[in-house]
Amino acid sequence: MTPDDRKYSKEHEWARVDGNVATVGITKFAAESLGDVVFVDLPEVGSTIEQFNKFGEIESVKAVSDLFSPVSGTITERNDSAIDDPETVNKSPYDEGWLLKIELSTLSGLDDLMSAGAYDQLTAEEG
Amino acid sequence: MSSVDRRLLMDRSVAGRRAVTVPEPDVPLTPLPDASLLRDDLQLPEVTEGEVVRYFSLLSQLNFSIDTQYYPLGSCTMKYNPKLNDEMASLPGFSEIHPLQRDHTVQGALQILHELQDMLGEITGLPSVSVDPLAGAQGEFAGLLIARAFHEDRDEGEQRNVALIPDSAHGTNPASAAMAGLEVVTVPSDEHGNVSVEDLRNLADKRTAVFMLTIPNTVGLFEPNILEITKIIHDAGGLVYADGANLNALLGLAKLGYLGFDIAHSNLHKTFSTPHGGGGPGSGPVLVTDELAKYLPTPVVGEVDGKFSLVSPERTVGRLNGFQGSFGIVVRAYTYIRLMGLEGIKAIARNAIINANYIQSQLKDDFDVAYDRYCMHETVMSARRQKANGVSALDVAKRLIDYGIHPPTMYFPLIVPEALMIEPTETESKETLDAFIAVMKTIAAEAQESPELLHSAPHHAANTRLDEATAARKPILRGSDEAAD
Repeated sequence: MTPDDRKYSKEHEWARVDGNVATVGITKFAAESLGDVVFVDLPEVGSTIEQFNKFGEIESVKAVSDLFSPVSGTITERNDSAIDDPETVNKSPYDEGWLLKIELSTLSGLDDLMSAGAYDQLTAEEG
Repeated sequence: MSSVDRRLLMDRSVAGRRAVTVPEPDVPLTPLPDASLLRDDLQLPEVTEGEVVRYFSLLSQLNFSIDTQYYPLGSCTMKYNPKLNDEMASLPGFSEIHPLQRDHTVQGALQILHELQDMLGEITGLPSVSVDPLAGAQGEFAGLLIARAFHEDRDEGEQRNVALIPDSAHGTNPASAAMAGLEVVTVPSDEHGNVSVEDLRNLADKRTAVFMLTIPNTVGLFEPNILEITKIIHDAGGLVYADGANLNALLGLAKLGYLGFDIAHSNLHKTFSTPHGGGGPGSGPVLVTDELAKYLPTPVVGEVDGKFSLVSPERTVGRLNGFQGSFGIVVRAYTYIRLMGLEGIKAIARNAIINANYIQSQLKDDFDVAYDRYCMHETVMSARRQKANGVSALDVAKRLIDYGIHPPTMYFPLIVPEALMIEPTETESKETLDAFIAVMKTIAAEAQESPELLHSAPHHAANTRLDEATAARKPILRGSDEAAD
């Protein structure tokens, strides 16, 4: 099931907001579509990112894809275990496979993200 | 293999050693115009001739090649390359000429280029040919520039800026289209592995510049609706491009021009038996209808009264590389076509098709078949079933190495999960195919009984499971110096 404790982007990333910090990752749908993830490239802690802009790359046995941030802010933490062991993203995209923690520069962008229900509808259409 | 000396040539260097003694010059010495252009800080390996020979012989033994083992790499047509090809290309009249020599001094070479243009035109039904492009993707790029030039001449250049491309296409197709300044719109496949004709009909309109289609398509299937497909695009005012990656399956059986294609490229290094897979260079001639001939890349070889010369088509899209394409490869492809003859050319496609269908029929109980129907020259199977037991297509492919077989193409086309794309080619005997089938059945059983064995494969290769992603992203290019940093 798609967790309903967070928001989703059209680019198949999720953001779970706690106070003014969002944890960001890719969805199960994205992880399954990519196939086995072999490489995750993430920016350094301290760098700033803008909502819907590219922040990194994820490479699977099939293809290399860009990662787009669902929120704007400053990176406070990144998940090095996902970098060291990229399979974590496949195994647990919503928990251990998280990618970044971002201190939000604004909360307003969250309105541009989808609920779990709306995201499920989107992926059902994309098949 | 563990006792093998794996040091790079650079690391074998000992100051003062040399392989050859350069003879005294037998022509007058001329000072360099600018001696400061010479560098003296280059680290070159200092080794004896024997060390050089041993080093490269070792590398060749570590290598996997079509001359040593079976190589069913889908979409790559790794057929056996007759040695006569190399013999002909080595003739001094071909190997010791320079591309800037004047035409009258290289008539034989120009004749080969001209005759190959004609032969490729005859084989594909697209009579106007430039062998200039250096690889398949460059052939695509050239073909798309031709489509754009055609539309520009009809004052539709700005309006027609969309390339329609199936979701099963080679990645080079959308990449080439983007490089040629076109917007890529994806055409879905239907449940049988064909282009969805309904979707194509809805997508084709006055913005359509070109529809790019691989035929047989990338799941190894012939498009049964091809005549309808080319008509839909023509009715919309667009052109139809054939990616010739799979041309091997059509040789002597179907002509692209008759099917309604306007532009195509042919990968000489696949269909016409020239080296590739790390051994290139490639060659990707672009082929067009007579109507589009004036846009071909320059140069093409023309003939007047038995005299051959390099000419530039009237509205050429330009030059794609320094000289006249991969000439040594052209000689090999020419030799191959002459060697096969008309009957031989037909036998290529027939044998390629029957070999692929034989493998598909023998393995369909052990692996899923992506689309259960007769295939052309390759079959796309899937390790879906094995994946349920934690064994991926990658694991199956790596395990094949333990049995002395090159892995098939994996995870392509993208529309097939856990894809294993197997192309036996026509040059393999039934005994080789049977041995491959037996190995695949063994691996399917291993996937059930001992998946761990597959996860850690290959076990017997010179190098075992490599971290390919990190190797590609953080390559160590200079041997031990950099590795030590």
